[in-house]
Amino acid sequence: MARIVLDNLVKRFGKQTAVNKLSLDIADKEFVAILGPSGCGKTTTMNMIAGLLQPDEGKIYFDGKEMNAVPPGKRGVGFVFQNYAVFGHMSVYDNIAYGLKIKKMPQSEIDREVSQVSELLQISNLLSAKTSSLSLNDMQKVALARSMITKPRIFLLDEPLSNLDAALRNIMRAELKNIQKELGQTSIYVTHDQIEAMSLADRIAVMNFAVLQQFDTPLEIYNQPKNLFVAGFIGSPTINLLDAIHSSSDFILEDFQNKKLTISEKNRNRVHDQLDQQEVVLGIRPEHLKLSDKADTGNGDLTATVLNIEPLGSKTIVYLRPESGNGKVIKAIMDSDYRPKTGQTKTLVFKEKDLYLFDRISTDLVLRF
Amino acid sequence: MASIRLENITKKYRNDVAIDNLNLEISDGEFFCVLGPPGAGKTTLLRLIVGLETPDRGNIFIGDECVNDVHPSRRDISMIFQNLALYPDKTVFDNIAFPLRQRKMDAETIKLKVVEVAKQLKIDWMLKRLPSQLSGGERQRVAIGRAIVRQPKAYLMDEPLANLDALLRLEMRVSLKNLQNDLKKIFIYVTHDQVEALSLGDRIAVLHEGVLQQVGDPETIYRHPNQMFVATMLGNPPMNFFSCLLEEKKNSIQIQHPGFTMTSDNQSVQKVLRSKSGGKDVIVGVRPEDLKIHLKKPDDRSAVETEIFVTEPLGNETIVDIKLGDKVFKIIDKPDFEGKPKQAIWIELNTSKLHLFDTESKKCFYHSSGGNDFQLTKSIDS
Repeated sequence: MARIVLDNLVKRFGKQTAVNKLSLDIADKEFVAILGPSGCGKTTTMNMIAGLLQPDEGKIYFDGKEMNAVPPGKRGVGFVFQNYAVFGHMSVYDNIAYGLKIKKMPQSEIDREVSQVSELLQISNLLSAKTSSLSLNDMQKVALARSMITKPRIFLLDEPLSNLDAALRNIMRAELKNIQKELGQTSIYVTHDQIEAMSLADRIAVMNFAVLQQFDTPLEIYNQPKNLFVAGFIGSPTINLLDAIHSSSDFILEDFQNKKLTISEKNRNRVHDQLDQQEVVLGIRPEHLKLSDKADTGNGDLTATVLNIEPLGSKTIVYLRPESGNGKVIKAIMDSDYRPKTGQTKTLVFKEKDLYLFDRISTDLVLRF
Repeated sequence: MASIRLENITKKYRNDVAIDNLNLEISDGEFFCVLGPPGAGKTTLLRLIVGLETPDRGNIFIGDECVNDVHPSRRDISMIFQNLALYPDKTVFDNIAFPLRQRKMDAETIKLKVVEVAKQLKIDWMLKRLPSQLSGGERQRVAIGRAIVRQPKAYLMDEPLANLDALLRLEMRVSLKNLQNDLKKIFIYVTHDQVEALSLGDRIAVLHEGVLQQVGDPETIYRHPNQMFVATMLGNPPMNFFSCLLEEKKNSIQIQHPGFTMTSDNQSVQKVLRSKSGGKDVIVGVRPEDLKIHLKKPDDRSAVETEIFVTEPLGNETIVDIKLGDKVFKIIDKPDFEGKPKQAIWIELNTSKLHLFDTESKKCFYHSSGGNDFQLTKSIDS
């Protein structure tokens, strides 16, 4: 249980800067995900928090106390990795009890602790089983239990679910989220999977090229992404991004043969006030884009032809290409029984309030309509 | 034209049956996905088709020819693996050209073919680079380029996207589908990822412990799974299962769960349920999108009272987890869902979209088809 403050952390490997001036203030009991593509510096950040790496610049504080010089073993940090480090030849019980045994805790206390933690993770019935005979899901639970039982004040998790198959990952996600709330340990979860970050975390730190892009709640990050990178990284399928030129009252859509998109009076002034150049990117999420067979739908008659569809059971993803466009692919999420034919022309329907406006030069979000 | 046909194929490794009496026919030009968890026998199946393994029993046909005794190199099939085996010291051009040079094609033709394939995969501008100078997605494209350059009869792919990060995977999925549309050859694509199978496959074969469970188009597999295993493999989050008891009344039949009771007056439903063999247990399957949450108790319909366990906001939807007994159930709700953990909620089951499974055999014996099959009649107060 600890508040974690990272103050201007810098870590370099040779000429490469792995983490650049990273500052984060993580509240006690908070569940924070560090999200980004491979190589963005997320694991390096975690290793510095654990004490496995020394920052070149900057400070790390736990509850106000500087940690830079404290060795990993004294930081009170528990680890769970992608490759569950469990002892295959030991029973589940011995694996879980291991951390307490080396602390020379009396047997009766060990028994009590093991039974408590295994109940929480619902593996009580497996305690006498050999670890090597377990399913991946149970093995990961054992790895979690082993780390949890030592009651670290901080939990660091490095893609702990990525080796599980999809169905198990789903179940473990809910369990993990609930366990974290019950134990109240400050937890940092490193992942490249935006769905995991969104579903688990209280707040998400999005990183790219060693730099923190945004630190916010999942919905804030989804609805108010700071820049094009964050907008494009969160959401599946990804947000549609259309190049446009702003001219007095309209947007000229370059991806749609310079067709005009006229916006309402009210928003015209806002755009005028907040935009200081002409080149912009308009964003619209696939779930906010609907397809129609009618010609004009009030969105400036934007049409596109169907490339292919992905029937995902609960919904259908449709991929389209703007008519005589420049090769950009547009995605729309439609109902599960929507079945257009490849090559059909559809009109794009969307609401102005669902648009995101980005500055194409700085890549920053200018406003939501 | 080539179809691929497997007849009564069995493959054992010592005493382990990797593939158990499998029958399958894949038609020419089909994008065929094999879906199953790790250890299901998917890779063995591919290795049998390509000729890296010999079946203990059964025959493999490519077109009309039985290929059991045909050497892999003469089957005219190419294979793409999860771990892209590119030659690190060869340029992109030389990597793609490799299978053509092995066949002693002349340099002019090779150049023509490599450039054509590279254009198709949008890697023509990097032909002079080494694999180490490429990103993961680009490397995967080179591996695909090398596999398609010699235009074999069929392409077998073993989780080719598994090592790519999420965004890239999404992009590559679309380009693979387009590629297959262009080539119009058989693609057999092995994956444990249901989204890939649903989005890529013309048909999907679900494999479990060496046994073929169901083959069908994505819609059939999703909407009419023939058993619990298939219902679990498809859908994200997967189908919810409620263990229930059948209670036969005089003019109706009830399905009872500790959290709710459903009654059916429908004659044909009753007939199916009354004639069901194998005990009074039944498992009711409901997909997360077919459960609806009410934050207030609805007046006009019955609903199951429970509380929120956790919520998972995903941006375009919210997954709400509930716990009945010690089991977690998942429900898909709107992106702006406002409930908080421990808050009381009422769950409405879409009774027109239920699947009933036999507890013993795990087979599905009934898919409800209309709104009148069942009524949620009682929710037991907690």
